[in-house]
Amino acid sequence: MILEKSEISLIGAAVAIALASLVVPNWLVFTATLAISTALVVMGVVMLMRAGLVSFGQGLFYCLGGYAVGLGGRYLGITDALLLIVLGVAVTVGVAMILGLLVTRYREIFFAMLSLAFSMILYGLLVKSHGLGSTDGFGVVDWTILGFSPGSGESSSRTALLLALGLALGIALFLNRYFRSSLGLACEAIRENEVRVEYMGVSRKQVLYINYVIAAAVGSIGGSMTALAAGHVDPTMAYWTISGEFVFIAILGGTGHVAAPFIAALIFTLVRTYAIELAPNAWQMILGIVLLLIILFLPKGIWSLFTRKKGVAS
Amino acid sequence: MTEILKTVGLSRYFGAVTAAEDINVTITEGEIVGVIGANGAGKTTFINMVTGYLPPSSGTIEFGGKPIKGLGPRKLMRKGLTRSFQIPQLFLELPVIDNLAIALAAADHQQFQMIRPVHTKDRLEAAEEILAQMNIAQYRNEMVTAMPQGARKLLDIAIAMLGSPRMLLLDEPTSGVSVEEKYTLMDTVMEAVRQRGLTVLFVEHDMEIVQRYVTRVLAFASGIVIKDGPVDEVLADEKVQELVTGKPKTAKTEGGA
Repeated sequence: MILEKSEISLIGAAVAIALASLVVPNWLVFTATLAISTALVVMGVVMLMRAGLVSFGQGLFYCLGGYAVGLGGRYLGITDALLLIVLGVAVTVGVAMILGLLVTRYREIFFAMLSLAFSMILYGLLVKSHGLGSTDGFGVVDWTILGFSPGSGESSSRTALLLALGLALGIALFLNRYFRSSLGLACEAIRENEVRVEYMGVSRKQVLYINYVIAAAVGSIGGSMTALAAGHVDPTMAYWTISGEFVFIAILGGTGHVAAPFIAALIFTLVRTYAIELAPNAWQMILGIVLLLIILFLPKGIWSLFTRKKGVAS
Repeated sequence: MTEILKTVGLSRYFGAVTAAEDINVTITEGEIVGVIGANGAGKTTFINMVTGYLPPSSGTIEFGGKPIKGLGPRKLMRKGLTRSFQIPQLFLELPVIDNLAIALAAADHQQFQMIRPVHTKDRLEAAEEILAQMNIAQYRNEMVTAMPQGARKLLDIAIAMLGSPRMLLLDEPTSGVSVEEKYTLMDTVMEAVRQRGLTVLFVEHDMEIVQRYVTRVLAFASGIVIKDGPVDEVLADEKVQELVTGKPKTAKTEGGA
């Protein structure tokens, strides 16, 4: 397989972040891990947006991934992080395969509301589950990776970052190819004109269903990584405001490239961190203003800064 | 000659409104058939029923000797029955080359083709070929929104012709196209059709286009076929003149009052 320029750039960026993690403070390592994990869920939102669907319920899969990690460690005795992530993906894919049969039949506001509804059903179930800590959630057991224990403190944070980075890189490389595959481009075609797609002999139901399930799986990995990094899961992972944040970040970054959600998630996390620090009572307003400015001046997201530059250069 | 399309008693009602009634048409392979009629005469309803866009209320449709009533556009396309639209159905925010690449990928029935890259060398070559044939190669990398109406029509028809169809249904291919462009457009389309040996059924309002490019005409009025036959015979028919084309001007009326 020959790597493309953008793929080499992604690998370069991942290596640079991995090296930087050795020298930057621990809080930044942790923040970066959460940003990468969030970006993975946002990637799922972007996949749906490319097909013309906006999900306000991606928190469902984020939460399933997180809870699978927590429950797998607690009740099945699994401590290997990779196995826990695989468990999360398996559970999420199973749920998405069932829900996808229904939700991919809907478009626009109906899809958005239906996806939100399923996410809120999970939230409601978890809040009522006292055995799972109700609104407080519960802690994730100490995890290992391929038999190696990351320890605690800084060492654990760095291991989590490296794991998140490795997974994110693999997924970004996969999705970079996926977006330019027949299936990936068929999603864009469906967004543009469903009638023509059908008259080309392509099943829009099949395309949207597969895309929905893959997006769910990617979102689940983001949730699993968040659980491993934070060491805790709670029902707010499925709450609609969290899903709203994923949409916010997707709009912030744009759908033009696989790197966009990562850049947007990092900016979002940093802006939020500093906004909370500087204006504890007005941080949501600061985030709102940032989104407003992006929509006004960069309607195709932050990534359009790069493509615009390219366009000017050529 | 082999029958390719046959409709028997094909009807479509919208409540109390009759959009098409008892349409019995047989088209043989290789024919170029025009469909004429005033607005609301049932032409597009007929095309929509044949191409699976609209389910008929009653009647049967056979394509290549096999019943196709109830099949959707996707299955019909795979059987070799395809169409273009009065308003071109394109992917407006995608480059022209991507519009064709997606169509070519869709027409590729190899296993796992959906997960293969869309821009393969073969597909790009095939796309370049059809762009050149339809005289729209200059728009290769443009977004569809940057194309004039005539070029969009040609791209819409080009997409419909990919995937080895046997029969092509064109819904008003020259509507919205300037008088200067319409013959060039039709010459281009007909040359492509001849090269592929396609059977064509096309809806058209422009009688000059009908006379020039078709050999047989189906005249529609109030949802029924009022005349079916060779082009000159149908256009000379009094009922057709009265309900569809209008009476030809006499020497006296041409001279003015």
